[in-house]
Amino acid sequence: MTGSTELKATGIVAGYIPDMPILHGVSVVVGAGEVVSIIGPNGAGKSTLIKAIAGLVGISDGNVTLDDKDITDVPAHSLASAGVGYVPQNGNVFATLTIHENLVMGGAALAKAVAQERIEEIYGMYPVLKERTREKAGVLSGGQRQILAVARALLTKPRLMMLDEPTAGLSPMAAAELFGVVRGMAERGAAVLMVEQNAKAALRVSDHGYVLADGQNRIEGPASALLEDEEIGEIFLGVRRKEAV
Amino acid sequence: MIGVVAYLVFFLILALIFGISVLGLNLQWGYTGLFNAGVAGFTAIGAYTMAILTGPSRDAVFGGFELPFVIGLIGAMIASGIVAIIVGLATLKLRHEYLAVATFGIAVSIQLVCLNWEYLTGGTLGLIGIPNPSKPWAEGPLAQNAIYLLIVIIVVGLMFCALERIVKSPWGRTLKAIREDEIAAASLGKSPERVRLEAFVIGCMIMGLSGALYVAFIGYVSPWDFLPILTFQIWTMLIVGGSANNRGALLGAIIVWGVWTMSGFIVSRVVPSEFQAQGGALQAVLIGLILVVTLLIRPRGLIGEELHVSRHARS
Amino acid sequence: MFLQHVADGILSGAIVGLGAIGLSFSMKMLRFANFSHSELLTWGAYSALIFLSFAGSFSGSFDTIGPFSFGIPLVIAMGFSCLLTSVIALLLHRFVYLRLSKTAGHMTMVFASFGVALILRHMVVLIWGSDPIYYSNELQLAVLLPGNVRVLPDQVFLLGLTVVVVIALHLFMTRSRAGIAMRGVAESPDLARVSGVNVDRVITFVWIIGASGAALAGVLYGMTVQIRPELGFSLILPLFAAAILGGAGSLYGAVLGGLIVGLSENLSVMIIPTTYKPAVPFLLILAILYFQPRGIFGEPEK
Repeated sequence: MTGSTELKATGIVAGYIPDMPILHGVSVVVGAGEVVSIIGPNGAGKSTLIKAIAGLVGISDGNVTLDDKDITDVPAHSLASAGVGYVPQNGNVFATLTIHENLVMGGAALAKAVAQERIEEIYGMYPVLKERTREKAGVLSGGQRQILAVARALLTKPRLMMLDEPTAGLSPMAAAELFGVVRGMAERGAAVLMVEQNAKAALRVSDHGYVLADGQNRIEGPASALLEDEEIGEIFLGVRRKEAV
Repeated sequence: MIGVVAYLVFFLILALIFGISVLGLNLQWGYTGLFNAGVAGFTAIGAYTMAILTGPSRDAVFGGFELPFVIGLIGAMIASGIVAIIVGLATLKLRHEYLAVATFGIAVSIQLVCLNWEYLTGGTLGLIGIPNPSKPWAEGPLAQNAIYLLIVIIVVGLMFCALERIVKSPWGRTLKAIREDEIAAASLGKSPERVRLEAFVIGCMIMGLSGALYVAFIGYVSPWDFLPILTFQIWTMLIVGGSANNRGALLGAIIVWGVWTMSGFIVSRVVPSEFQAQGGALQAVLIGLILVVTLLIRPRGLIGEELHVSRHARS
Repeated sequence: MFLQHVADGILSGAIVGLGAIGLSFSMKMLRFANFSHSELLTWGAYSALIFLSFAGSFSGSFDTIGPFSFGIPLVIAMGFSCLLTSVIALLLHRFVYLRLSKTAGHMTMVFASFGVALILRHMVVLIWGSDPIYYSNELQLAVLLPGNVRVLPDQVFLLGLTVVVVIALHLFMTRSRAGIAMRGVAESPDLARVSGVNVDRVITFVWIIGASGAALAGVLYGMTVQIRPELGFSLILPLFAAAILGGAGSLYGAVLGGLIVGLSENLSVMIIPTTYKPAVPFLLILAILYFQPRGIFGEPEK
């Protein structure tokens, strides 16, 4: 582990409907420069956890701190300027806006001049976005859309980056490219929290992993250890057997 | 004393006639979840049909068949039912908010026709001379009204019993099933669209009946009796009484009509005569305020809808 | 005759279009048929009257500008009207519709909007009475255009102002960060939030734009036709038709929808009796809901 802890979520109880929580006391820790993956069967509450941290889902118990500052009740739009970036799984680009306008949205919390600069930087990093800058995001391919979605979140140079199933629907090559981007963020010092369905691939690029099931922590540990753990196989195989029925 | 009794009789007749309409609306909204913003239109159809069927023959105007009272009532219901079928087929598949706009537009169109198609409806002047069935049976307005009240009570009683039975019948249970979970109901082989259309048509027929009773009592029909404010009154009665409850529907009619007439009375007493025209506006503002505030304070305003919403909770 | 109808259609379409902007937005954002929006046009027209009566009491009579029937005071009154109407719309949003959207379903909101409309409409009668009023008694000479078309100078102003407003809004929505934020919020409020956009503030802005459009439409109607309590109510169906035609949430849709409604209404008198003209917007509504429920610019259902 490096330096100070960035994100600490403790005992999170949360859900879309206040009386029906999906998470029953989940805790995760993500340090600066780390990539942490959350894996687990469908319905485990992985997406809900990230949405709760991002402020889109109400937290009824537990707290979230970023660098020891409590962000549990901070509204979602303030988190962006506080250095939290979030790439949702679905609807992660503004399909009716152009690529350029999507990036402008990403810089909404920044001063105009700063946002302009950063947008130029993004164009430098991802020339494909610059080429199609005037096109509507809705016409992009899956892989390009993902790049745009991540690029939008990168505009604020977040200290904590959260991604929900970033490689869903991507070709193996595009997925590898995306994981490269994710590692790059961590190398530049951000804390990265990732939810992934593709457990093995995610753990391979992660430092640490958490397994969630039924809205609770089940297993956690260094990613390499989890990759070899048999119990994880059971959790997933067990689910698969149920699905076959 | 007689004056008070006479007024009460008059009041009850109108309240119960409205109550019949509310029963019809309750079937559509309370039991089936259909937002009919065109109540006034279907009431108008029943009213004009009654006028045409039972009224005396008039120059340059269609109708005047001088048919008996009961035939007129039945005819009114049939006419409303036919228009309801057409309207229902055209609009019931629409989403909630569009159904409201569409049915509102229908009522406006119906009123336009009543206002302009002089041959059929007498245009702006309407149709007069509609016979009151109580006239041959008694002398003097008080006795006649008492008899008419009896007639209305009988009709209300019949409607109430009929509706209660319908709601408890297999058809009624299908209705409930569809409102609770449409997909499950459809998988059981019941066609939601067909059942909804039937509920819509029956409800509109009941509204037509109400309109017919109204004009037989008043003696004339004019397009100005079926403005959107009537739709608003009937809806208010339904809300105050609590939806999906036939008893509540009738109670709501009596309460709201009471508040309405009383506020009109108070305003006419309190407001100086130069401002009497504004008096009507004051009454409308007060009623509107009471309604909106009630809806705000009582979050479970439209009870029937609460069940509908919770199944598809917004994220 | 035909061209005259076209001209009339464009003029009435401009009013409906401006007025429908706010309705289109509120249908998209709060997802309910707001029957009280039309009353914002009424209040827009009467708000300008409020300002004019104050202005009149300060400076006596004032000069008209060129061939128009009004002077600087009415122009300023328009601004005041936008302000007052926006305040009304925001108050309604905050204390009625927003609250109801959290505790009750959409149909409750539709019904509440009936009640609100009743209150707004009759408050006008309480304050000003039910007789028609006019901003000025200046008589205007119609201008003769090619094709035997007659228009009043005020009507030309109407069209010109509408064009200016639409262009200004277009530039705002496409060039400014605030406008882009608005479009982003319209598409996905959650994604906008996590991008750092204060969605509540943007929504407030959207309401202000919609209400101002309604206010301007009301003043323009009052200027070219008359001011009366049923002003808004008589436009309910055309407004809905324009909003539904154009697609909920679309600025251009609302304006284009308004034009189509205006043209259809005015051209229809060549086929059907004039007294049935008010039914035309309704028929349009039925037609569009049947063929293309999401409207011309609307987005597919999620």
